[in-house]
Parts: sequence; structure tokens; C-alpha cells
Amino acid sequence: MKILAVCGMGLGTSLILRMNAEKALKQLGIEGDVEVSDMGSARALAATADLILTSQELAEQLGPVKPRVVTISNFIDFNEMVTKLKAAFA
Amino acid sequence: MSDATAAAAARPGGPRLTQLLAVDAIRLGETAADWRAAVRLAGDALVASGATTPAYTDEMVATVEQLGPYIVLAPGIALAHSRPSPAVLRAGISLVTLVEPVRFGHRENDPVRLVIGLAAVDEEAHITALATLAEFLSDETRREELIGAAGARDVVQLVRAFEQSQAADRSSVGTAVPSTEETS
Repeated sequence: MKILAVCGMGLGTSLILRMNAEKALKQLGIEGDVEVSDMGSARALAATADLILTSQELAEQLGPVKPRVVTISNFIDFNEMVTKLKAAFA
Repeated sequence: MSDATAAAAARPGGPRLTQLLAVDAIRLGETAADWRAAVRLAGDALVASGATTPAYTDEMVATVEQLGPYIVLAPGIALAHSRPSPAVLRAGISLVTLVEPVRFGHRENDPVRLVIGLAAVDEEAHITALATLAEFLSDETRREELIGAAGARDVVQLVRAFEQSQAADRSSVGTAVPSTEETS
């Protein structure tokens, strides 16, 4: 399972997404790698990802991509991450 | 992501939050007319602490103009930043609390009461500090304590106490890596 966490610059909000996603995967017992990306590289990297994590706004800017896109509203809410990843992998 | 980056993620390194958050970079009870002014306050605080030059403040504003208000990453909290540039002298974090919350144009998380400024020298060096800050702010009680703090030194105290409790938690479950001696 390869997850791509996308934000504008690839070094702020996406790092927080990655930290919570890694913790959530562990809790859910799902094997997976989480990588971060900025908006510029996200389209190319999306081709090899199974799932994209980003905000609603950036998902709209990203447009249609091959993997499933999960949007997060509150990046520091661990429960939202767990709930949404659980639903995505159900 | 390179192998080195992956390894850094597995074993977070880099400076702690209290090493990147200078007292000079904390501004409490500020007033901003709009989101640009709010981001500029966070930028000014980074400049005051010696982390950036004023050009970085312009870059932070330009980032929001270009990419939108996605930087409002949680209800009431914005993470203002741009990318590493010559305007970043060293990694740093600033905190600005606003008396009157300001709208950034985010559909769910507006209005903003707390603006975090982040100056990064690369993609990863700030990860430990950012992780600590995200964890700190994820708890409502801690968040309100920070926003209601009487002064910048009190904020640093709150953050330091939290860092120490986290370190204690890690060592109690036996996963702590040997840490360097605490000198401060």
C-alpha cells in the first residue's frame, strides 16, 4: 500500500498528514508506506500511488488522478484520519 | 522519497520544538485586519527571532495567493510557510495569537485565531518540532492554554513541559533512543 500525502510545498501540512497516516495505519494493522509530495510533483507521483491524502481544496486543484483521493479537513485530528483510512480500506 | 528521507521519518530527528520556537517569535493578543496581515505578523515574528529576512514574509503571503487557504489546517489554526529559500537564515517557528479571529477563506476551518509561521531549511529538518506542535495543538485543553497564555515565556514553558512529558512517555514504553544531555 503506497499513500501519497500532498500539500502545496510538500514540507508543512503534508508532513503532519504523513505522521498521522503512519500512526493510523499502525493502529489499523495495515502495511503501507506514506510519502509526501508538493502539488507540482503530485500528478506524476500519483501514477504509482494507491491512495492520495490531501485537503479538499488541493484535491480540487489536483483534478482527476488515478488513485482514490481521501480528503482531510482537520489535519491534527487523529480520529478523522483513522476513520477515513478505515473507510477507504474497508 | 529517498531512503534517507524514509529513515528520517522512521526515526524522527532534528531540533526539538523548544529549539526552533524562540521567545522572540511568539506574539500574543495581536490584531490583524485580514489574512495577509495575519501572515505578515507570523513572518515579522520569524524575522524578529533571526530565522528569516523580510523577503520570506512576502514569500509566505505569495504562497497563499498562489495555492489558496489550505494552510488553515485545523479549526482556527493556520500554518503559514513557504519553501526553503535564501530568505531563510535558519529553521524557525513562530506563533501569533489573534484577539479577533480572521477569515482566510477556508470552507471549514475559518476563522483563524492562531497563526504558526514555519521557516524550513530543507524538507525534513523541522519534522520533530512540527510533529510536537501538531500533537500539542491536537488537544483542546492545551490549545486553549496556549491561546490564553499571559506571555511568550509562559508559552515556551507549556511547550517545554509537553515535550518533557512526551519524552517520559517514550522512555516508559522502552522505545526511546538515547538522548543527548539536557542542558537548558
